[in-house]
Amino acid sequence: MLSKKRKAYIGGMKAAMYISTGITAVFVIFLVAYVFIKGIPNISWELLSTKPSYISGNIGILPDILNTIYIVLTTLIVVIPLGVGAAIYLTEYAKNKKIVGIIEYAAETLSGIPSIIYGSVGMLFFCEFLGFRKSLLAGAMTLVIMNLPTVMRTTQESLKTVPQSYRDGAFGLGAGKWRVIRKVVLPGCVDGVITGCILSVGRILGESAALLFTAGFAHALNGIIDGLSSPGASLTVALYVYAKEQGEFGIAFAIAAILMILTLLINLSAALVSRYFMKKRKF
Amino acid sequence: MKKNKMIERAIHGVFLILGLLTVGCVLLITVYLVISGIPAITEIGIFDFLFGKKWASTAAEPSYGILPFILTSVYGTAGAILIGVPIGFFTAVYLSKIANPKIKAFMEGAVSLLAGIPSVVYGLVGMLVLVPSVREIFDIPDGASLFSAIIVLAIMILPSIIKVSMTALEAVPKEYEDASLALGATPVETYFRVSVPAAKSGIAAAVVLGVGRAIGEAMAVMMVSGNVPNMPSLFQSVRFLTTAVASEMSYSSGLQQQALFSIALVLFLFIMLINATLNFFLKREKD
Repeated sequence: MLSKKRKAYIGGMKAAMYISTGITAVFVIFLVAYVFIKGIPNISWELLSTKPSYISGNIGILPDILNTIYIVLTTLIVVIPLGVGAAIYLTEYAKNKKIVGIIEYAAETLSGIPSIIYGSVGMLFFCEFLGFRKSLLAGAMTLVIMNLPTVMRTTQESLKTVPQSYRDGAFGLGAGKWRVIRKVVLPGCVDGVITGCILSVGRILGESAALLFTAGFAHALNGIIDGLSSPGASLTVALYVYAKEQGEFGIAFAIAAILMILTLLINLSAALVSRYFMKKRKF
Repeated sequence: MKKNKMIERAIHGVFLILGLLTVGCVLLITVYLVISGIPAITEIGIFDFLFGKKWASTAAEPSYGILPFILTSVYGTAGAILIGVPIGFFTAVYLSKIANPKIKAFMEGAVSLLAGIPSVVYGLVGMLVLVPSVREIFDIPDGASLFSAIIVLAIMILPSIIKVSMTALEAVPKEYEDASLALGATPVETYFRVSVPAAKSGIAAAVVLGVGRAIGEAMAVMMVSGNVPNMPSLFQSVRFLTTAVASEMSYSSGLQQQALFSIALVLFLFIMLINATLNFFLKREKD
């Protein structure tokens, strides 16, 4: 028999757990449902395929969609080689434990820095010092620094799963270090790179504070080349401007619903990819 | 043969540079913040800057005191932790120890979604749902207040707290729990009196991570806190360190802009402190 005191303790803890989990679940379900109910009716083909015009009073988010795509692509193209290179240095070259420690601490520090600080420094360094002015390129470069630790870490994790014997085998056959990296190590980090890409895309899509001061908030319709050198709002920045500055809540919710769908898709693909690679690794 | 060696050396050098890139970025950020943040602090005076109670950057006689922002950030973060940590902690214990696989899978997906939702979406929903309800429930003229910001932050830090605590709880050796059960403790007693203490470094890390998230959040808070540089009070419009930087950065110049970078520097120092604490707990968790 349990004493009354123990029973009360168990009951209290159980209640706390059920209530807390319930609250968490309710928050998520409410958020998703509310954004979809308010947002999806406002999504129309016209909204997605036109640009805003003060003359006709039309609001379209095509420029913002394109800007987001440009930023995502540019950031990934730059950050992947850098992140993979850093990971290769850490797992294949670095022998000095101190250097590894410093690099990993730096990466952790980077991932803890809030985006508003990235935005401020990005503005000083890329927009002013390097003369990019407010442009998608300056925004993308700022995001490269933000996402560097993510790509580095996921690649590092996948490199750790490449068996040491593969490397030793290749070295034993007379291959140089560079050849071993190209032929043995790099193919082994594909899953890390893919995971890193997915996580980065999620982070880039959700980013707003870092972009507001580096990429600005114009809604001009541009190709990728002109787009990169001119200022432009991403979807999140556009949402902020429409909601806070212009009071266009319908448009803001439409963008929120689109972002929510994208977040769902990204989480789903991250889960699928990690399950796929887990299975592959077992054999 | 010699040529090969040269190539290998060059490639080693390239990878070394790539490896040191993260260090370079941290240095770049630190140096830029210090260089652009110090001038305003020396001009205003460090005491007047940090402990001045009045921020009026655009007034005829400008005054740059950031105590309201510092206190708002501290109170806001503390409030978010006070609400978010218990909810996150109990959810994590339930999901890692008790929940059946289906509920666990669903909730893990839900928590990941919560982590992935852009902060402006939190801000938007907060602006249109939370702020009006706070106004009505507490019968105040404007619901955009420290209280609304605390609620939004509490929800936003949930995923970090739940995920990191769960990882720590799941890493507790099964033998500990088995021993406790064999001695006659019930499962719930075992989870809270054996598993939780065993995972305490990881749970502490989760809390610190939450502190970092909360103090660094800008956009969501900007949309629900009203953004007036008052000294913090629960039901008044307030401005955080992050939103102080964000709200004036786009049109500022001269001393005003320099002062914004000084605020960013103060925020950065807070974050570095939090990172060091986080690292301490993570290291202990590893051992």
